[in-house]
Order: sequence, then structure tokens, then C-alpha cells
Amino acid sequence: MLNSNETPIIQIKGLNKTFSSDSNTVVALNDITIDIMRGEIFGVIGLSGAGKSTLVRCINLLERPTAGQVIVDGQEMTLLSEKQLRRARQNIGMIFQGFNLLMQRTALDNICFPLELAGVPRKEAIKRAEKLLDTVGLSDKAKAYPSQLSGGQKQRIAIARALANNPKVLLCDEATSALDPTTTQSILALLKQLNQQLGVTVVIITHEMKVIEQVCSRVAIIAESRIVEMGMVEEVFRHPKTAAAKKLIYPMGQQVETFTGKGNFIRLVFNGDITARPIVADMVLTCGAPVSIAFADTKEIDGMTYGQMILQMPENPVTYQRMLNYLDDEGITYTEEGESYVQ
Amino acid sequence: MFSEQMILVTLQGLGESLYMTLLSTLVSYIIGLPLGLILVVTDKNGIRPNAPVNHILGAIVNILRSVPFLILLVAVIPFTRLITGTSIGSTATVVPLVIAAAPFVARVVESSIKEVDRGVIEASLSMGASTMQVVRKVLVPEAMPSLLTGLALSLTTILSYSAMAGFVAGGGLGAIAINYGYYRKETDIMLLMVIILVIIVQVFQGIGNWIARRADKRIR
Repeated sequence: MLNSNETPIIQIKGLNKTFSSDSNTVVALNDITIDIMRGEIFGVIGLSGAGKSTLVRCINLLERPTAGQVIVDGQEMTLLSEKQLRRARQNIGMIFQGFNLLMQRTALDNICFPLELAGVPRKEAIKRAEKLLDTVGLSDKAKAYPSQLSGGQKQRIAIARALANNPKVLLCDEATSALDPTTTQSILALLKQLNQQLGVTVVIITHEMKVIEQVCSRVAIIAESRIVEMGMVEEVFRHPKTAAAKKLIYPMGQQVETFTGKGNFIRLVFNGDITARPIVADMVLTCGAPVSIAFADTKEIDGMTYGQMILQMPENPVTYQRMLNYLDDEGITYTEEGESYVQ
Repeated sequence: MFSEQMILVTLQGLGESLYMTLLSTLVSYIIGLPLGLILVVTDKNGIRPNAPVNHILGAIVNILRSVPFLILLVAVIPFTRLITGTSIGSTATVVPLVIAAAPFVARVVESSIKEVDRGVIEASLSMGASTMQVVRKVLVPEAMPSLLTGLALSLTTILSYSAMAGFVAGGGLGAIAINYGYYRKETDIMLLMVIILVIIVQVFQGIGNWIARRADKRIR
């Protein structure tokens, strides 16, 4: 879906946002620059308080940037008049962690709401809303009130509502964070399906790795108000460069500690170029000597293995060499760490 | 005590009380509802913060609300005469009632509207709603159950205010209670008026709560 020749649908340039009260000033976003391409699913991940919610609100100007540019579909958002901004917002759907449905309206009328705001005649609006209900798989819930729906159903209605005006962009602010894992999966699958069917660009804000892994093509990692890393999801998750990124990707790992032990440590790096199979066990069986696993953090993405593993190898140099030969033959990338390693 | 004439007087008093209460409530809402909405919208956390407007309106509301009704009743007599041409009777009482009740209604409306989830307002803004659209299509409908409960509260409060108007020849059940019970020491008549007032309050409150519950789509 990515087409690098095209102009990005969302361009954020040198974005700054500070919140100031009488007593102090808080920098929420510091010099953010991101291009989001037409039709991609772009993820922004960060710990809570990193500024990601503020970032997404700066895209549709629910928060006005302190400095910098936000260009959505060719329009510089910060320069629009109030009326123009309202029209531009109809082109940018948004869903939320708390769903934010109108509690006194039925599901169908919730979906009609943005159409009503846009001045679409009632009959036409209902027709469109019914079609959207069908798209999100809740045709039977047209007359239900939000309080009668489950969390997943509410988010589906919210998605249908966000798509009512055929927006080019869908912003998702922690949209699955209030949902259980199974429901999260189904909502993410729906977002992916809508992205493919309608070509709508999706921006996902989350603190959950698995959300990014599952649907995003590119990701930006935000920490302490800055973008610290950005790129293709596999690339960033495979080789996290910054401490902030490592903390997100290997939440258990202590990045700075050094470990020492007898024998030689080697670091296996899985780049997704091998399929998931028992490499270490095969090596041990073939070479006839045990190894211990000092550290391992691997993930499977699309059936391929990513991550790292640190093995403490036999002290016997002959066996050690045999094992390295085995890994070479198997095409596994590894680095010799010597008698200590840094996790 | 229950002479035919007394029954007629009571019925007339009942009619006057209901007339004063309902008319005052209506006019108080015509003034207080927009006032309450403006207070919420112009609040520093509102959708259109406007400190001067918010503070000035807030101050006016607070001042009017802190004047004891009985004093207000007397103090506005010239103004009442200017508007209604008289300072006695039920219609004249509506003027001070509205002056006292409109700020009260504004606060009741304000607190109801403030119950609307911030996220829902944000969502409607994200869909391109204008301030007026947020007010008309989100704030008021979403707060409707609470607004109706507030209406019942306002009705009963205005009814009890109207009873006080009896002291300045305002008419209604309160006037009968004061004229017969207080000046003529006919305690049983006063008691009867009080009982009727209590019943009206119960009925207003009961109907109000019932409608509010019926209107609320959150509890099913």
C-alpha cells in the first residue's frame, strides 16, 4: 500500500506543544516531524505521559500546536479559519479509548450524528448509517442504546460513526486499551480490513506493542515528548537503537547491566529471515554438548522469528567451534560476546 | 371551617399558586437555561472559554442568589409595578419570582450540563461540530435526564418561594395560609394550606423523577 512517490497525507513538521499554567510550563511535544503516507497504517507507541495523545490531537487540532506545521491532505491545519477547520475535521475520523458515544442516542443515530453535523438529509443519513452498521457487523443493533452494548460493540459503532463522512484519515487514540485481548484482536482486524477496503489511512496511538505488531506498517516511538525512533515495524522492533525503544520492546531487559560467566557467550540475532524452528535444540543434538540460555527475548511476527538470544557455550574450544560451524551452516546471524555480555 | 366559601378560596389559591409557579418556572427557564449553558460553554474548561463573560455572569447569578427572597420581593416592587402595572396579586409576584429563580435555574442547568462526559464533547468536536451544534445536539440532549430532575427541583423551589409572596399580598395558597393562619390565628386553615403545598411538591417531584427516569437511555 505504501507508495513513496506520493505526497504524505499527513505531514507534521517541527511540531511543538507546551501547556502552561500560571506556575509552570510543561513541554508535551518537542520538535515532532512525521510523514504519514496515504493508505498506510501508522503506529505511534509510547509509555503513558510520553505525549502521544497530545500528538494525535494536534493532527485534527483538538489541541492547537504551540509551533510547527500540521498538513493533512494538503491543508495546513493551523492556518484554517474556524469554519474551514470544522469542514477539514469531517475528513478526519477519530475513535477513542472510552468510545465516547452519545448515550442518549441509538447506535444508528450515533452513526447519523456526524452526517447530521455535515447537513446530510435524514433519509440519506439513515441509509448510509445502515450500510456502515453492516460493515462493522452490527446490523442487528441499530436500535440499541450504547448502554446495552459490550465494549467491543461500542467501539465498532464508534468506528462506523468515525467513517460516516468517508474520511481519508482515521485517528485511533488508545482505541483498544479498554478492551480484552480477544476483542482487541477483532477490532484490529476490522481496522485492517477497513484500511484495505476503503484505503483509509489509519493512525494508531497505543502503549501496547502487540497492537503495533499486528496491524502497523510503520511505527514511531515517542518518549519524553520526542520521537526517538521511526521506521518499518520489523526494522524498529528488530534493532531498537535507543534506550527508550529497548525499554518498550524488551520490557524485562536491563539494558545497561553486564553479565559475566564461564565459557563463551554468543548472541543470536533473529531477523525474521528464518521460520520459527528449534535452532538451539537441533544444535545441541547435532553437536552433542549442552548450552545454557542466558537470556532470550524472541517474538514471532507473521510466522517469522525476531529478537535476540544469548547462549552460554561449552568451554571446550572444539565443541564451541563445531557449534559455530553449525550456526554458519544454518545461516543464523550471531556475534561472539566473549566472557561477558551486555544485555 | 370548610364552608363553601372556604373551598372556593382554597381552589382559587391553588389555581393562583400553580399559575405563579408554572409561569415563573417557564420564564425562569427561558432566561436561566441559556444562562446556564453560557456559564458552561464559557468556563475555562468549556468549549469556548471566555473569562470576562463567565465571571460577570457568575457574579450576577451569585449576587441575585444571595439576596433573601423576602427582601428581594419588597426591593423590586417599583420594577414590578413598571412591568405589570401593579404590585399585588399573582401576576405581580411572577416578577420577583423570576428574578430570584432565573439565577437558581442557571446554576441547576449548569450543574446538569457539566455532567456530560468531556470525551463525548471532544468526539463531537472531532467530527466538526460547531459550538451551537455541540450545545443543541450534544450538551442538552445528553444532559436531558438530569435537566428534567433539575426542572422538578426548580418547580418545587419556585412553589415554596411563591408561598412567601403571601406576605406582600401576592396571592396563592401561601397568602391564604398567612391571612387566615397567621393574622386570624386559624391554625387549621394554615395547616390545610401546608398540606396542599406538600402534596403539590410530592406530585411535581414524583412526576419529574418518573419522566427523568423514562427519558434516560443509560439505565436499561
